[in-house]
Amino acid sequence: MNRFIGFIHKEFLHIFRDVRTMMILFLIPVFQILIFGYVVKNEVKDAKIAILDLSKDDVTTEIIAKLDAAEDIEVVKYLNAYDEIDGEFRANKIKAVVVFENGFANKLTKDKNANVQIVLDASDPNLANILNSYTTAILNNYNKENNINASGVNIVFDTKMWFNENISSAYMFVPGSMALILMVITALMSSISIVKEKETGTMEILLVSPLKPVQIILGKLAPYALLSAINAFSIVLIGNIVFGVPVNGSWGLLILTSFLYIMMALSLGVLVSTIAKNQQTAMFISMFVLMLPTMLLSGFIFPIENMPVVLQYISKIVPAKYFLIAIKNIMLKGQGIPYFWKELLVLIGMVVLFIGISVKKFKIRLD
Amino acid sequence: MSDENIIVVENLVKKFGNFTANDNLSFEVKKSEIFGFLGANGAGKTTAIKILCGLSFPTSGNVMVAGFDAYKQRNLIKKNIGYMSQGFSLYDDLTVKENIEFYAGIYGLSRKLIKQRFNELVGKLGIHDLKNKFVKDLPLGWKQKIAFSVAIFHRPRVVFLDEPTSGVDPITRRQFWDLIYEAVESGITVFVTTHYMDEAEYCNRLSIMVDGKIEAMGTPAELKDKYKASNMDDVFVKLARKA
Repeated sequence: MNRFIGFIHKEFLHIFRDVRTMMILFLIPVFQILIFGYVVKNEVKDAKIAILDLSKDDVTTEIIAKLDAAEDIEVVKYLNAYDEIDGEFRANKIKAVVVFENGFANKLTKDKNANVQIVLDASDPNLANILNSYTTAILNNYNKENNINASGVNIVFDTKMWFNENISSAYMFVPGSMALILMVITALMSSISIVKEKETGTMEILLVSPLKPVQIILGKLAPYALLSAINAFSIVLIGNIVFGVPVNGSWGLLILTSFLYIMMALSLGVLVSTIAKNQQTAMFISMFVLMLPTMLLSGFIFPIENMPVVLQYISKIVPAKYFLIAIKNIMLKGQGIPYFWKELLVLIGMVVLFIGISVKKFKIRLD
Repeated sequence: MSDENIIVVENLVKKFGNFTANDNLSFEVKKSEIFGFLGANGAGKTTAIKILCGLSFPTSGNVMVAGFDAYKQRNLIKKNIGYMSQGFSLYDDLTVKENIEFYAGIYGLSRKLIKQRFNELVGKLGIHDLKNKFVKDLPLGWKQKIAFSVAIFHRPRVVFLDEPTSGVDPITRRQFWDLIYEAVESGITVFVTTHYMDEAEYCNRLSIMVDGKIEAMGTPAELKDKYKASNMDDVFVKLARKA
């Protein structure tokens, strides 16, 4: 046990003495979460929208005027039919269309109920979400000002997300950043630190020593497991304090799931270290084979449902995808294991698979 | 030198698929002997050393190191040997003291013992000024001496030196051999590979490997006699030409 503690002590010395390592470990996560957070929170400026007024009465004219008067929204076009919307979106000229139903004012007085539909180009989900809340806020204001609710009259909103009907939550960036940061730090740093020992020849000395290979690997990984756990916790904390991203589900489950993901990333790191001959290769593999898919194919930034079928299949082997599903369920929906046990099983399976391959490769090398 | 055999190798064969890296090697190394293990690159030296250090299994043959069997007692072998590689493998970002403490620690030495032996070593090498310096700031010669001191810090019965003087100037090499002699006097057996034939003369006995086989073995004087050569360089060239 003493030997093991000595080993971990030495590993921490390596980490604390390398400025680059320290930056990757502690600065990048904070910056990344803040940047992602503010990008998501970014205000919409001069969003161009169109109006499809099927009623053309006093009430709709008044509402349209209010929309146009709003600081960040600009009404640039009036459409005549519903089928024009798709073309406008595809031409990328407008981001949203506000649709007033036929006989709007009439319905409002007679039925005390009239429908407004907000159609949004959700190919940019964040923008669509923000624009949606802007527009609804303006309509709500109109409701209030005219006391429509008090007299039992109501404008009913209906939001339609074009291209991306089940829009994912704007809070996605916290789970997403967690998936990305944990993957980068854990897999990248652990693989580099193992490969470095190979490169400098110290691994040979360690292997000749009475330490068992398993002890060597565990000793190398333990510090990164600990630091990654601290990172995961800080991300959730920053997300919560700075951006108000909730943890609706159980903290225990959140910790357990994050730890499982860290284990998976560590086993990937070991696998990379058995393949890579030098630190550059380890970094290259970690960056392109691990980091990019985590960012692009996990559902973090781009919804998987909207990807080409081929990419959808590839996304199935991206570990972060499963972590994201599980952690979104825990943090945002507050659900328990029954809702994501399959994802946890996939992650466990990946840990077993990666460690299995690494052990096999390691044995071949020693033989 | 005593009559006790510290390494016994009988008919050692190591094959990788169809390739025979070690073809029927047999030799003994006696306690407190400096045994030179020579051969051109690719002759099979590294493969043999790996087996002797418990890093890989022989395909067939008997191998005993420090009284332990290379098939079944690899862990006991590892505890009783030291190893120094040609890269003088130390951690650049640790100080001399931290390096020694770390390596001694993984051999299970107690803190008290580490402290005591470290103070002895500092006195012996005269490294009061160097002990708290980072290894990356040391000259190569010092790295080499410290790497060797690390390899024998846990007082192994045999120390394996894999080209321990490559890239070092002749004066430093000579100083290094003084350290080796000192270790031998304290009872440690030295198993050394080298490319420098002048160094081969410092060994008590030599074996020369060619294409996976031991082609010649004996004291430097015996070998020079046998091959009618004036120095070890000639012996080596004559043998290597046969390959």
